[in-house]
Amino acid sequence: MIVYLMCFILFLTGMYGVLSQRNLIKIVIGLSVMEISIFLFMALIGYIDAGVAPIVTQTGEQLIYVDPLPQAMVLTAIVIGLATNAMLLAIAIRLYKKYKTFDVRKINQLKG
Amino acid sequence: MTSIVKTVTRLVVGVIFIYGIYIILHGHLTPGGGFAGGAIIAGAFILLVLAYGSDMLKLKAKEAGSSVMESLAILAFLLMAVVAFFLGTKVFFHNYLPKGIIGDLISAGVIPLYNIAVGIEVAAALFTIFLALVIFKEESK
Amino acid sequence: MESFLPLYMVTPLAAAFLIPLVGRVFSAFARTITPLVFLLLLILGIHYLLSGISSPLTYEVGGWQPVNGIPIAIYLVLDGFSTILLITINLIAFLAAFYSISYMKKYTAENNYYTLFCLMVAGMNGVVLTGDLFNLYVFLEIAAISSYALVAFGVEKTELEASFKYQVLGGMASLLILLAIGLLYWATSTLNITDISHILMIQGDNKIILFIQILLITGFGLKAAMVPFHAWLPDAHSSAPSPISAMLSGILIKAIGVYVLFRLLFNMFTLTYEIALTITVLAVLSMVIGGILAIGQQDYKRLLAYSSISQVGYILLAMGIGMMVLAQNGAKEIAALAILGGLFHLINHAVFKGLMFMNAGAVEHATGIRDLAKLGGLAKWLPLTSATSFTGSMAISGIPPFSGFFSKLIIIIAAIQANYYLLAFLAALVSIITLAYFLKLQKNIFYATFPEHIERVRKIPFTMKCSMVMLAILCLAMSLLIIPGIRDIVLIPAVEVLID
Repeated sequence: MIVYLMCFILFLTGMYGVLSQRNLIKIVIGLSVMEISIFLFMALIGYIDAGVAPIVTQTGEQLIYVDPLPQAMVLTAIVIGLATNAMLLAIAIRLYKKYKTFDVRKINQLKG
Repeated sequence: MTSIVKTVTRLVVGVIFIYGIYIILHGHLTPGGGFAGGAIIAGAFILLVLAYGSDMLKLKAKEAGSSVMESLAILAFLLMAVVAFFLGTKVFFHNYLPKGIIGDLISAGVIPLYNIAVGIEVAAALFTIFLALVIFKEESK
Repeated sequence: MESFLPLYMVTPLAAAFLIPLVGRVFSAFARTITPLVFLLLLILGIHYLLSGISSPLTYEVGGWQPVNGIPIAIYLVLDGFSTILLITINLIAFLAAFYSISYMKKYTAENNYYTLFCLMVAGMNGVVLTGDLFNLYVFLEIAAISSYALVAFGVEKTELEASFKYQVLGGMASLLILLAIGLLYWATSTLNITDISHILMIQGDNKIILFIQILLITGFGLKAAMVPFHAWLPDAHSSAPSPISAMLSGILIKAIGVYVLFRLLFNMFTLTYEIALTITVLAVLSMVIGGILAIGQQDYKRLLAYSSISQVGYILLAMGIGMMVLAQNGAKEIAALAILGGLFHLINHAVFKGLMFMNAGAVEHATGIRDLAKLGGLAKWLPLTSATSFTGSMAISGIPPFSGFFSKLIIIIAAIQANYYLLAFLAALVSIITLAYFLKLQKNIFYATFPEHIERVRKIPFTMKCSMVMLAILCLAMSLLIIPGIRDIVLIPAVEVLID
């Protein structure tokens, strides 16, 4: 149980980072931390004690496999996370070029 | 870059590339597959650009090339899925090739082909993202 | 029949990746293929609708049959609710793509624009069709990431800022949704929506399920811009190019926000009064606060964006009333009426908000100004835009015989029948507020004196006019959906899907 709680604490740490930091890059890092905590959590869901990697072999012996579905989900989610991060960083460096700063308090053209 | 980086890159880059291809081709037998292998191959390309550098014109040509590869790989993937539809089964992503024996390199029907398409796609996409960021940085200097 | 369902994802994806290849050689390729793809899908959707869907069509991707009654394939499910969503998505996408042909000429990198457009629609079609939770997340992210890129398409200061804000909040929403999906898999060991609903029915009440529901409401509430979570919407929707604003406000917040939320709350979880009450409170907040904030806006597209928040509040309110009645074991007819009103307003809002954003794009194209204080007297120069804008304003504020009147009327009647008099009063009040700010908009742009600083008013190209006129006609024609014969074909199957 404690490992699941650790995942949740990591998630909250990331969320704190997103909400409290003023630097664009640090906000992106916060989002990544949240993301990775969920990946960890999902990989843990599929874990079974003494299970082996779910690869079918020819020998035909009855092994206990860990659940492969959460692993597939995590892999897909990592790909999506890569796209999100690339997009965020691309926007962040373009913002830096326009405003000459990473500080969110100074990037405030839109209001109301 | 310094000559140490250049020499090490020259020695290592081929091995990294071959390792990526190995991971892609054995995707249906061992952990790994298209995404992991593609990321490794993209790493080899990125290492080359970082170590040897390149002028803007070459970078732009490379970016155009890799984004064409990316689109081609996705289209190949879609084509394989659509071909299944027309082979009489009327099911997308149907595995229409013979399955072979478990554990052989050439087995599991279409899955290795999908893995190859995904590998090319991921390698091209990651390299394109890297090049786009580098080009943007060079331009804004 | 059902074997054509994957076309909804395959054709836009194929178009999206053919464009960068063929578009290099033929510059007109992107402009032609994009509207054609959506037209094809629209016709396919209308065909599905007219052939009548008595039982849901399901399709197993890859041909994997269930083992021991446990579904292992990714399912695509088409029922009444998803059909009307598919038709609305592809209709607005077709008109917006047709509108873009002239509008996007002033931007560079047109090919990238059309690629992202196709990807966004492919994602939304996927979200609406899928019967598998994780597949839903993947398609949702495809739609969301392409919309982030499209918001930043102008790469000016404001666009980039809006896109970053949208991405951070949208990213948090996606992660909350992913966490909820992980927890659901933990609790039920399956990802198929129908399968989960069976298991949850057996398991009964559970604290973890309540937590998952709250996570989902927060996540999809962020995507649908309900009021405590709305901060990104006015920035993002007003900074995007106008056809994209029409897509985002008209379709995206409904397809990946409202649709998914109600699909899951009605068809997957057992309805509880607490959750229904939460939805209703959020709905009232969105409706009232969105409306009040819209009055003070000075920017054309920002005003429309705030109005979107308020109108989505109406849809949520109707659904919330339906849920509250169902959860208290009230009369099913009242719940059905409320849900009917909500669905009707959802389609209507897609049409008239699409139209209003296209009008904003036309005015911006003609004068280059979006500030209401600096515009005026354009009715003489842009008679057609003035007429379509008038139609849209009347429809959105609920003046008979336009479509908005009927949907709002149904919602108010349902609220009164369910004895929620306060909700009915608020819905009527916000309707008056809506009329107020749209009259202000209409007066400031088209009827006040023509300001001197506008040097010339450019002509509106044909494709833009054509899309606007078609949507304006639809604003009137949608009223026909209220006639019993047509209602039974279009709206009733969707209502039945949600009630059972």
